[in-house]
Amino acid sequence: MIDSLKELINSISSPSFFLTLSIILLGVSLYFKQFWTRRSLGIAAAISGGLFLFSVTDENFREIVAKPDNLPIIALLFLVGFFTWLSLHLAFDNDRRKAAGEPILEKQETLPKTFVWPDLVYIEFIALIVCTVVLIVWSVLLKAPIEEPANPADSPPSTKAPWYFLGLQEMLVYFDPWIAGVVIPSIIVLGLMAIPYIDRDVKGSGYYSFRERRPQILVFLFGFSILWVFLIILGTFFRGPNWNFFGPYEFWDVHKVVLMNNVNLSEFIWVRGMGIGLPRNWLVREIFGIVLLLGYFAVPPYLLARGWFRSYYEKLGINRYLLMMFLLLSMLALPIKMYLLWIFNLKYIVSIPEYFFNI
Amino acid sequence: MWNVGSFLRVEKGFQMAEKSDSKPEITRRGFLSWVRAGWIAFTAAAATGSLSAFRFMFPNVLFEPPQIFKAGFPSEYADGMVDTRWKEKFRVWIVREGNLIYALRSVCTHLGCTPNWLSTEEKFKCPCHGSGFYISGINFEGPAPRPLERVRISLAEDGQILIDQTQIFQQEKGQWSNPESFLII
Repeated sequence: MIDSLKELINSISSPSFFLTLSIILLGVSLYFKQFWTRRSLGIAAAISGGLFLFSVTDENFREIVAKPDNLPIIALLFLVGFFTWLSLHLAFDNDRRKAAGEPILEKQETLPKTFVWPDLVYIEFIALIVCTVVLIVWSVLLKAPIEEPANPADSPPSTKAPWYFLGLQEMLVYFDPWIAGVVIPSIIVLGLMAIPYIDRDVKGSGYYSFRERRPQILVFLFGFSILWVFLIILGTFFRGPNWNFFGPYEFWDVHKVVLMNNVNLSEFIWVRGMGIGLPRNWLVREIFGIVLLLGYFAVPPYLLARGWFRSYYEKLGINRYLLMMFLLLSMLALPIKMYLLWIFNLKYIVSIPEYFFNI
Repeated sequence: MWNVGSFLRVEKGFQMAEKSDSKPEITRRGFLSWVRAGWIAFTAAAATGSLSAFRFMFPNVLFEPPQIFKAGFPSEYADGMVDTRWKEKFRVWIVREGNLIYALRSVCTHLGCTPNWLSTEEKFKCPCHGSGFYISGINFEGPAPRPLERVRISLAEDGQILIDQTQIFQQEKGQWSNPESFLII
């Protein structure tokens, strides 16, 4: 019974399944404010804790989860979940207060006030000591996973980046190394720096609120929880030897064979669609991909400026609007490319290996 | 509240007390000569440091395998097999197909990890991001954008195979038709 359940979970597990599931979960949970009450936190903790305890009885699952370098990630995941709940709980609570005409949480007169000295400094000092003790005990109990000396001629079957870079390592499967490893991280950093210049809305400044900052919170949670945290989960617990995908209860077999005959867009069109060979000139060969790529970054901003995003376009002005759209579309490009690869085995939309440009 | 008046008075008293002290006075000229000496010393130290850092780029001994090496006689290589004996030391596979012998660099064309030859699946598989290559070196799965690279292969005077890694042949540039990129025996 239990075994067949595990089999079922393993067989439906795939990156596209988990990504779709997490996007749906995010959307549904933000739609219903009942998700962010204390009771649903208890229910969510009970479900995820129970699921975790049930899974730990499985040998293959335990082997991955109980690795000394994976334990902090598990702890972090529960913390990320809790703090997401906490901030949204306070935000929905404030929305309710505002709707009821009550003062918001941060403006309440009865809010207890404490002094920096000695209260806060003492708390910080105690926290510092507790952290040091925990780190020392941790380092004594769990050994660092040190392996044999590094050898450039021998990459072990399961070669992984540090856990905080696993999102980047996942991206490297979908784009050329310099794009996934240099350009996109730079866009992420610059984009984060550009946020205060794009979003100059003073609403929600200094207090929690969901209703007043719906799009901003949605974009943040999509970019952080899904494109960063989810990819770390995927890389840590589901990517096994040779970067193959493994279900949660699946044995990490080095010799697992996954059919991955990836095809470029140019081959789809020229070879399979038109039945003629690939043109020699790279510009002719990749013209459809290039047009598609340029259209992806040009058409949606134009259409949205006249449609749904009209108010943003009028409020932000052309420069800030285009910058915002470029950042949003770059962010969306990653999951789009992932789905294309997972569903259609599409390798690269534009593939110019002659100039190291593969997207 | 902070008492600004008392603060200023204290400051004043402090200054006067210092003036009456009989410390040796520092003149402007003396101060500048110290600055000059210090600046010269700093520049010299910085220059020495950068010179030694530059010298560090040219080590006395290099613990790297030679780029050109002899890989034994062609008869040592079995037909249809990927020979991994030189991978550890020279990062090269030698493949024999019939009377054709070629040497592939064991460097993934995606990000430079070392792929492994999986004999049961008959493919080179890179563990880092899952790129896969046929025995010929042609990429067919995963993110690697181009085939593995061949290195120069020839016969030495004593009949052994001579591998020269200084010369690389890339399939997508049409260099695999170069007679130096393979060996017919």
